[in-house]
Amino acid sequence: MAWTRDEMAARAALELEDGFYVNLGIGIPTLVANHIPDGIDVTLQSENGMLGMGPFPYDDEVDADLINAGKQTITELRRTSYFSSADSFAMIRGGHIDLSILGAMEISEEGDIANWMIPGKLVKGMGGAMDLVAGVKRVVVIMDHANKRGEPKLLKECSLPLTGKNCVHRIITTLGVFDVKDDGLELIELAPGATLDLIKEQTEAKYTVSDRLVSHETA
Amino acid sequence: MNKVFPDAKAALDGLVFDGMTIMAGGFGLCGIPENSIAALHDTGVKGLTVISNNCGVDGFGLGVLLDAKQIKKMVSSYVGENKEFERQYLEGELELEFNPQGTLAERIRAGGAGIPGFFTKTGVGTLIAEGKEHREFDGETFIMETGLTADVAIVKAWKADPQGNLMFRKTARNFNPMMATAGKITIAEVEEIVGLGELDPDQIHTPGIFVQRIVKGEFEKRIEQRTIREREEA
Repeated sequence: MAWTRDEMAARAALELEDGFYVNLGIGIPTLVANHIPDGIDVTLQSENGMLGMGPFPYDDEVDADLINAGKQTITELRRTSYFSSADSFAMIRGGHIDLSILGAMEISEEGDIANWMIPGKLVKGMGGAMDLVAGVKRVVVIMDHANKRGEPKLLKECSLPLTGKNCVHRIITTLGVFDVKDDGLELIELAPGATLDLIKEQTEAKYTVSDRLVSHETA
Repeated sequence: MNKVFPDAKAALDGLVFDGMTIMAGGFGLCGIPENSIAALHDTGVKGLTVISNNCGVDGFGLGVLLDAKQIKKMVSSYVGENKEFERQYLEGELELEFNPQGTLAERIRAGGAGIPGFFTKTGVGTLIAEGKEHREFDGETFIMETGLTADVAIVKAWKADPQGNLMFRKTARNFNPMMATAGKITIAEVEEIVGLGELDPDQIHTPGIFVQRIVKGEFEKRIEQRTIREREEA
C-alpha cells in the first residue's frame, strides 16, 4: 500500500492556493490539474507561451497552433494570454510564478534536484526545468519513493547531474510527504499503509519525523 | 524597398553559405518555419550551426536538415523526439550545446537587443555553470550567459503586412519574436500577407524593422501529440 500516481497528484493539488499561478511539469504533475480543489482558483502556465491553460480539446477543436509544453494539443480559457518564450521565462525566472510541481529522479537532503540527465544514456535536454527550479517561488516534487530496484531516491547527495541546488521545498512520494529544512528533511505525512520502518529502509537522506506527523488512512 | 519574396527559395537567395549560423523559430513542431527549412534543405548547404529550441522529428521540421547531414551543431534545450539525432550524436557526427530553455530565450533576446552578456541564477551549481563567470548580487550567486545572434533567422508568423510587421497566433509565437530580432537577416514566412493598414498597429507583435524578407508559405502544421477529450453524452 502506498499512494498511486493519481493519489500523489491529488495530494499535490492540496499545495494550490487561491490566486496561484502554477507551472505543472510533464508526466504525473500534469495530473494535478484534475484535482484542483473546489473554491481554489489557479491559473496554469505553460512555458511555451501561455497563461490560462484549458483542458484537452474535443476532436473538432484541435488546433496545431495551440499546444502545451509537453507538445499536447490543449484549449484556451476566457482568461488566457499568449506571449513569447522570453516573456514566459521572465515570469519563471523573475519569481512571478507561485508554484512549480515537477518530477525528479533524485533529491538530496539539502533540496538539490536531479531530473534531466543520466550519464551514459541519451541526454534529451533540460528544457525549462533548470529555469523553473531556480526561479519559481515554491518548488514541489512528486516522485516514486524508491527506484525500480528498491533503491532510495532521497539521498544524502544526488549522484546524477543536478538540475538545481537547494531549491526544492517539499517532496511528495509514494510513501509520504517531506519538507526540506535547514538541517535535512522532515517527514510530515505518511501515505496509507506506509510505515516508519519502510520509510527508514528506503530513505538514504537524513530526515527527522515531525512531532505532528499526519498518517493518512486507507481510502 | 520590397520585402515580399515569391517563395522561400527566393528569400534565401544570396544569404546561404556553408558553416553559417541559422536561428529557427518554433516549439516542438508548433510555429516552425516549414517553408524555409525545406528551402534550406534544397540549397544543399552544409556545416550549419542551428539555434532552435528543438530539432524537429524524424523526417519533418529541422529533422529534414539532420537527415541530409547538413547540421554540424545544434544549440537547443530539448531534443528528445528524434532518432536520427540520437544516432548522429552518439556517432560523434553532431555537436550539441544544451541551454536551459529560459537561458536560450534570453540569450536570443539579448543578442537581438545588442546585449553581449547577462547574469542569471538558472544553472548555478550544475554542469551548465562550468567554466562560466560567477558573480554575487545581493548575496546570491549568478552565472554569466552571452547573447546569441545568427547570420539568418527563419521565423514563422500568422500574418504580415508588406512592411514586415508581424502577428503571431496562440502558442505558435514561442521563440519566433526574439529570433526575428537576432538575425542579421530575418526571413518571416507567414500564412497571410495583408495590405498596409490592415494590421492594427497596437496589435503588432514584431515591428517590421526586424524583418527583411517576407514569404507567404504553405503549412502542413503537423501535430506531435494529438490529445483530445470525449464529449459527454447530453
